[in-house]
Amino acid sequence: MTEPLLKIENLRIELALRSGQAPVIDDLSLELNAGETLSFVGESGCGKSMTALAIMGLLPEKVGSIAQGRILFQGNDMAQMNSSQLRAIRGNEISMIFQEPMTSLNPVYTVGEQIAEVLRRHKGMNKRDAWKRAIELLDAVRIPNAKARISDYPHQMSGGQRQRVMIAIALACSPKILIADEPTTALDVTVQAQIFDLLRDLGRETGTAIILITHDMGAVAEMADRMVVMYAGRKAEYGPVAPVISHPRHPYTKGLISCVPHLLAELTEERPDLTEVPGIVPSLDSFGVDACLFASRCYLADDKCRSKRPPEIVFGDQSSACWKADQI
Amino acid sequence: MAIFMTILQRLLYAALLLIAVLVLNFTMMNLAPGDIADTIAASMGGADAEMMEQIRAEYGLDQPFPVQLLAYVSRVLSFDLGYSYFYNAPVTTLIFEKLPATLLLVLVAQSLALVVGVLLGVFSARHPNGIANYFVTLIALFGYAAPVFWTGILLLIAFSLKIPLFPVAGMSDITVDGNFFVKAVDVAHHMVLPVITLGSIFLALYSRLSRASMLEVLGSDYVRTAKAKGLSQREIVLKHALKNALPPVVTLAGLQFSAVISGAVLVETVFSWPGLGQLALTSILARDTPTILGILFFSALVVIIGNLLTDLVLRAIDPRVRGRA
Repeated sequence: MTEPLLKIENLRIELALRSGQAPVIDDLSLELNAGETLSFVGESGCGKSMTALAIMGLLPEKVGSIAQGRILFQGNDMAQMNSSQLRAIRGNEISMIFQEPMTSLNPVYTVGEQIAEVLRRHKGMNKRDAWKRAIELLDAVRIPNAKARISDYPHQMSGGQRQRVMIAIALACSPKILIADEPTTALDVTVQAQIFDLLRDLGRETGTAIILITHDMGAVAEMADRMVVMYAGRKAEYGPVAPVISHPRHPYTKGLISCVPHLLAELTEERPDLTEVPGIVPSLDSFGVDACLFASRCYLADDKCRSKRPPEIVFGDQSSACWKADQI
Repeated sequence: MAIFMTILQRLLYAALLLIAVLVLNFTMMNLAPGDIADTIAASMGGADAEMMEQIRAEYGLDQPFPVQLLAYVSRVLSFDLGYSYFYNAPVTTLIFEKLPATLLLVLVAQSLALVVGVLLGVFSARHPNGIANYFVTLIALFGYAAPVFWTGILLLIAFSLKIPLFPVAGMSDITVDGNFFVKAVDVAHHMVLPVITLGSIFLALYSRLSRASMLEVLGSDYVRTAKAKGLSQREIVLKHALKNALPPVVTLAGLQFSAVISGAVLVETVFSWPGLGQLALTSILARDTPTILGILFFSALVVIIGNLLTDLVLRAIDPRVRGRA
């Protein structure tokens, strides 16, 4: 078997709180192969974005740090790299797009300059070539009349267009990995579909592996090859998308899937209530405890769940961190 | 093209504003008790009512107020600021004699404070918990808290009296003779203490504001994007963050233009700097109405030009301002 492109081993990220160190990511391991799409799913505060920032080496300075574990990118541990080694990878081999397209572009530079900048930085292009390539990229992310729009400032573009520009920046250097952190959360539903289409098409064309962070189960089903369900900084479930969705092995995954509203073929008088996962994510203080953190919200929980952290139980390609996995 | 239309429009507003300032200045000066006749009478050791009337008639002070006002405004509009009875010279000449000294002092103090203030602000924003940050805060607090005349006198005592490094007063040494370069060095030598004194207020303002502005910008999403692009720390701070952090500082610097008069009066008095501030002070004490009005008019002009320049600089920095026109 070939070495995976990205391999995270027993990653533990700690945040410095007033009350001490809290593990926001606790013992996370996963693999990403070249060209595949891996999705991170989970509600807010589960550590999805934290993992992404850790891979980029962009954890908040002096607050977040990698306490343990390795992030192997093509066999090299990024957790041990110095800042200039990381900078050479960022935006070049691993790039990232963010949740807020409205504010993620610098308002005082043209979009062309912001695209061309990465090309100059990582590909050593001169001003002219970088600008020409930027126009091609803007065209590739399907912004009409790219030649004229390249000199626009971000405020002259819509949210969807700005996110396209972000994608153009991210893909400028043909990265091996693109991390998309809830890329469509701030956009209209129709635009969301366009952005997902664009990401999928470009990912296929360029062979870029995508890490897609999202709440959107529909997007996961459509885009991703494999998925990681995160809960409270821990991996709840992990596996190929189809079996995980059709037969989740963790009550949290099951809850998330049942939260997705279904369109009924025929409208009936009776509207089924939307199910929810009761309760909220536990507070950061309790993240380190030796117990299943989902227990307080779980319909299956018993004393064992509340007193001992469940190990990963493997079912073929799938794995679940739940004491009751075989009962689900 | 749009930019010329904007400038033209602003100049038109400026002209109207100036006329309003003229009317207001003249009215307020008239409301104040006392006039040049009192001063002349006082300097002659007293005068009777008849003589006072005569002096007033001579200077047109016996005319009804609207007539005086109209005469004044139309005179100024034809670029005549009047004649100073006290100095026996045209006001325009007086002002242009003193203006260079004040402009030199204020512009040098402003520019230095702006550059050093922004640098300090950026530096302390980059290391918000470092010792250097507290040092910068301390300097800024001192600049805020210490009155200029006090700072000035303190500096004089320290560096002119106890350690005689710098001259005590004036702008140049009359015994110094030589080419332009030698004179320039002499003036620069005289300027050190006044510039430090005047600059300390500006420095406090600019360093605190650029620190706050920079801190905000450094936490913004586009700075995170810049980091994610793999840019160096220098590029992130100087290219992506600084340009966004500047507008508030530029705006404040533009407002401080009015300090050409207000801030300089005290500093010029302490250091006997032969500038507009001194002229203003003496003409107020002498109730020399034309000179006071002339200086007020001039300060209004400077403020208006300052605002126009600020707008143009802001437009150059931030494309979103351009769109609004």
